[in-house]
Amino acid sequence: MMNSTQRKAVALISGGLDSLLAAKVVMEQGVHVEGINFYTGFCVEGHTHAIRKKDRNKPKRNNALWVAEQLGIKLHIVDVIEEYKDIVINPKHGYGANMNPCLDCKGFMVKKAHEWIAENEFDFIITGEVIGQRPMSQRKETMPVIAEESGAGDLLVRPLCAQHLPPTLPEQEGWLDRDQLLDFSGRTRKPQMALAEKFGFEDYAQPAGGCCFLTDAQYSKKFVDLWDARGERKYELDDIMLLKVGRHIRPAKNFKMIIGREEGENNFLSGYRKIYASLKTTSHAGPLVLIDGEVSDEDIELAARIAARYSQGRTADKVEVEYSTKEGVSKTLSVTPMPVSEVPESWHV
Amino acid sequence: MSHYTLDASRLMCPMPVIRTQDRIAELEVGDTLEVMCTDPGALNDIPAWCRINGHEVISSKEEDEQVVITVKKGNA
Repeated sequence: MMNSTQRKAVALISGGLDSLLAAKVVMEQGVHVEGINFYTGFCVEGHTHAIRKKDRNKPKRNNALWVAEQLGIKLHIVDVIEEYKDIVINPKHGYGANMNPCLDCKGFMVKKAHEWIAENEFDFIITGEVIGQRPMSQRKETMPVIAEESGAGDLLVRPLCAQHLPPTLPEQEGWLDRDQLLDFSGRTRKPQMALAEKFGFEDYAQPAGGCCFLTDAQYSKKFVDLWDARGERKYELDDIMLLKVGRHIRPAKNFKMIIGREEGENNFLSGYRKIYASLKTTSHAGPLVLIDGEVSDEDIELAARIAARYSQGRTADKVEVEYSTKEGVSKTLSVTPMPVSEVPESWHV
Repeated sequence: MSHYTLDASRLMCPMPVIRTQDRIAELEVGDTLEVMCTDPGALNDIPAWCRINGHEVISSKEEDEQVVITVKKGNA
């Protein structure tokens, strides 16, 4: 039962092991904990599993929901897609190895959590950060930067490495016993795995590159291509969702083709036919192709030849390709499939 | 007790969960919300969200790539 003196904390839950353990360590001290999870649009959510036909029956779960269920706590999922754009476009602390603005991102999420505790009358914030765990955002020097820039200050508790950091308000006030908080550091995962075993957690997610597509080199390359081609650093949710799907080919600066690689992707891309112009081979089985950008008749002809090359008619003399605008106006072209040798490697994004 | 509907078609998880969460927050205990989506991931995620937040899944079905899940708001 919750009593009037029980303190309340919100834990940032990514779905990974560290935030699971951090929340658990605080719950063990009798604090009421609820989880908060932020959806940026770049979160790795097994979308591609849901899209690809062959993967459709693979078990799929939202790791943040799974973690909350393991802990027996509520989870609040917050859509931050719009606000997050500024973090990705203008990261004050720059990017990591790819397009990942990890330090700004962590500061942003803690700031949102700080606003949330004020609105919901909670007492403090928990993260699963560990000093030295991540090269960009989880270092001794970045810990105070995040606390300060987020505005959370000494209401931000990192239970897994608290003993390496100055005492926070919850520790000073005796809401938390510092001696029962931990002293993890470095990239090793052994202490986390031992603690997980002690608490009886199994089958937790261990994503190699974290839980964000922006840490992925291939994804980041496609993302940068989008900005380069448009000449401005902007994106919409549809743009970043489509970067996860299909083969991307850019034959010219003004347009890109997104080519379905199998039935599931073709179905998914079909859902965008009112937002983008599209191509579909009609004389032969072939992929659905979306065209992102403004195209001339010559561009359409070129795109149709490339689309034909990815159809069953790739060796035929002529392939019929239907072009449809997003308004639904169609025309059929008869084209010669472009030989593989004529598709330069540089067109592949 | 009232019945409401929510169209979350074409949205990929966790967006259908977020829309469900935000809509349920506006309803009264006992009200039902019928959520339509196209991401089959919702078949796992919406029931999981209901379990941890104290709501009840009344029915859930998938037909022709269309997922329909009905949620009853709990008082947790």
